[in-house]
Amino acid sequence: MYRYIIKRVLLVFPTLIGAATLVFIMMRLIPGDICLVRLGGGGTSFTAQALATCHAEIGINRPWVLQFLDFMWGLARLDLGNSMWSGKPVVMEIATRFPISLEIAIAATLISIAVAIPLGTISALKQNTWIDLAVRTFSIAGLATPSFWLGIMAILIVLDVTQAISGNPWMPPIDYVPLWQDPIRNLSIVMLPALTIGYRYAAVSMRMTRSAMLEVLREDYIRTARAKGLVRKLIINRHALKNAMLPVVTVIGIEFAFLMGGLVVTEQVFNINGVGRLMVLSVQNQDYTLTQALVMFVVTIVVMCNLVVDLLYAWLDPRIRLA
Amino acid sequence: MKAVLRAGTAVIAIMLAAAPAIAAETPKRGGTLTYMIPADSSPSFDGHREGTFATVHATAPFYSVLIRVDPENPSSTTDFVCDVCTELPKPTNEGRTYTFKLRDGIKYHDGSPLTSADVKASWEHIIFPPAGVLSPRQSYYLMVDRIEAPDPTTVVFRLKFATSAFLPALADPRTYLYQKANLDKDPRWYEKNILGSGPFKFVSYETGQAVNGVRNPDYYHKGLPYLDGFRAIYAEKQVTRIDAIRADRAATEFRGIPPASRDELKAALGDKLTVQLSDWNCGSFVEPNHKRKPFDDPRVRRALTLAIDRWGGVPPLSKVADVHTVGGIVFPGSPLAATKEELHKIAGFWPDIEKSRAEARRLLKEAGAEGLSFELVNRAVDQPYKYVGTWLIDEWSKVGLKVKMRTLSTGPWLAAARASDFEVFLGANCQAVTNPLMDIQRYLPGSVYAANYAQFEDPKQVALYDKMLHETDFTRQRALMREFEKHVIDTETHALWIVWWYRGIAHQSYMKGWKISSSHFLNQDLARVWLDK
Repeated sequence: MYRYIIKRVLLVFPTLIGAATLVFIMMRLIPGDICLVRLGGGGTSFTAQALATCHAEIGINRPWVLQFLDFMWGLARLDLGNSMWSGKPVVMEIATRFPISLEIAIAATLISIAVAIPLGTISALKQNTWIDLAVRTFSIAGLATPSFWLGIMAILIVLDVTQAISGNPWMPPIDYVPLWQDPIRNLSIVMLPALTIGYRYAAVSMRMTRSAMLEVLREDYIRTARAKGLVRKLIINRHALKNAMLPVVTVIGIEFAFLMGGLVVTEQVFNINGVGRLMVLSVQNQDYTLTQALVMFVVTIVVMCNLVVDLLYAWLDPRIRLA
Repeated sequence: MKAVLRAGTAVIAIMLAAAPAIAAETPKRGGTLTYMIPADSSPSFDGHREGTFATVHATAPFYSVLIRVDPENPSSTTDFVCDVCTELPKPTNEGRTYTFKLRDGIKYHDGSPLTSADVKASWEHIIFPPAGVLSPRQSYYLMVDRIEAPDPTTVVFRLKFATSAFLPALADPRTYLYQKANLDKDPRWYEKNILGSGPFKFVSYETGQAVNGVRNPDYYHKGLPYLDGFRAIYAEKQVTRIDAIRADRAATEFRGIPPASRDELKAALGDKLTVQLSDWNCGSFVEPNHKRKPFDDPRVRRALTLAIDRWGGVPPLSKVADVHTVGGIVFPGSPLAATKEELHKIAGFWPDIEKSRAEARRLLKEAGAEGLSFELVNRAVDQPYKYVGTWLIDEWSKVGLKVKMRTLSTGPWLAAARASDFEVFLGANCQAVTNPLMDIQRYLPGSVYAANYAQFEDPKQVALYDKMLHETDFTRQRALMREFEKHVIDTETHALWIVWWYRGIAHQSYMKGWKISSSHFLNQDLARVWLDK
């Protein structure tokens, strides 16, 4: 088991280095640079001297090799540098946005679990009935509907309904307040995005729960449990559901990792100053250092989640660590 | 002159519609204005160095300037007033010396006095920046020779030559007056810090989210500001901003909202919403790359402009896009702008579009470019770039041209321009204060004006510009402007001027005292804004 763990942990490093190299090259292959966006993005004119000063100031007039070595050396020292856009440390830029993204990810995960597991289980137990059909339709709709569209629609519905009821349209606040400062305001900000993201997330988990449950319910040990006269509730809770949860937990883990940097459009729709929105802005602004840092941040979370899932698998299933 | 008058009349009519209400009401004190900045947070707080309006919308309330566009009449293109000075000076020394006297008792927010040394240091930071300091608008001040501060309340600008472009350039809203001590300590101090003498004091910046300000009780314009404070929230997505205004999460945004969204808001809020409209000192232009065949041929370039029905096409386009007024290269509200009669004599502005298109077809045939196919490089921004691009393609198809549009995000779009990696380029010329002599610099060849990427040289055009820049007699200057305009967009067609943009601000009706101007950079200090709640 220890050898397996060490092997998996060591594999993390080449993955991170590969990702770092890839993002470094890709960012520089995009035509244009941050100085052009900064000076000319507003449609106003600027001098060639201003552009040259900006290039020199940020250091993007240096050869790629030197920039790459700087980046890798910084990574090795866990120093991700300063944002080229704001001039502030990227760690600070990310740390400011991380709590809101984390809060939404946790809320969406809780909603997803609360919806997916009961509905997926019922769907499997009532296979090929109208209940199964309804749950599958609900699930397919969740997969097919983009979260950002759902977000826009959710806001519009809330606006129209509140205007119809009270005469004054209402929508969640557009500026974030931490939970400990103003819990009600915080929850009203988080509620709609968590619901819209949680719905899609639940749809994925729901389908996984259903198929895993169907597979487990056909297992010999379930038949044996039934044959020996165990109560149905006990068979489902103790024998079927627990065993069916392994792939569901994996899906939930991977989706959670995705949420930590993947809410790019949803965060924009709700004007949430999170990591996903920061990612969009850093790419738009061609802020190399910030984009690199954000990609590394997301890659690290995904790699770590995968590592935990792999280790969990190995712990749960001896065949994996012995293979 | 009629076109100018018509455009001006439209703006004045809108202003007048709001005027009785404004005039009849006594401003109320107190309250906090919440508004949105329709952009990503600005790279720094330094107005001298940044190009984006987001910097101005976030920081203008904290700063004073030397002179400014009249806040009581911000849509005027010629009305400038003092901010920290006592009166606008009459130039001496054959128009080459401007002496400004400063008001007494102006204090920075830290309590220290604002003196002529601060004004001099601030302007030198813009015009003669130290090595390594970015100042993108240096070229606006090419006429300035030196700045002097002979005593604590006097600032003297000595010019290399007399020009009418100086005062408008001086009124640029980004010319914040910084503290000399801070600039001496670190010329880049103001990138990360805010310390001004404006109507509001800086309270806090919430990274990437909001800027907060509170009333400056020691403001030198007595009685102002009316608000207790403000909160500016960054909100880049238009859909969010529309919803936020509707739900009163914010009173407004100060850049501009497209016609359909304004209508949507008005339908939802009725009298609770006020809309102010103005011609916008931004416009769309097209540049053919002179080094790419067949655009090296002036006949082909001229055919491109002749094919466009501006008079007939812009009114319907304005129903969906942020565009409105047909004009020449000078902003329609300016006295230097072409009248409709003068425009009628310029290719692409002829009153008879059939005659114009017939001439376009003849020129294309003569140049061997019938049925020409080319690519239009455009910016991947809806308003109004994509709308204007799509409309142009349709217009050009009417003379047999087959055009494809390639849209690029801002960075690659600017990179394509700089590398002249285009056949035909759709761009925008966007300015703050209307200053025609500076605003038209962008039509000068790349060797003179680095941000022109059309790849041509034209000594005659440059000579004409220089003559106009040095001309101080208005009538002669206006005649030269017509000659320059005809040369640039007709005879040589180095560029095609397409249409002027239109600015529409929708705000909660309880927000009062704010008047629309011809630029989203202007009149943003919020000193006269009050809340009728």
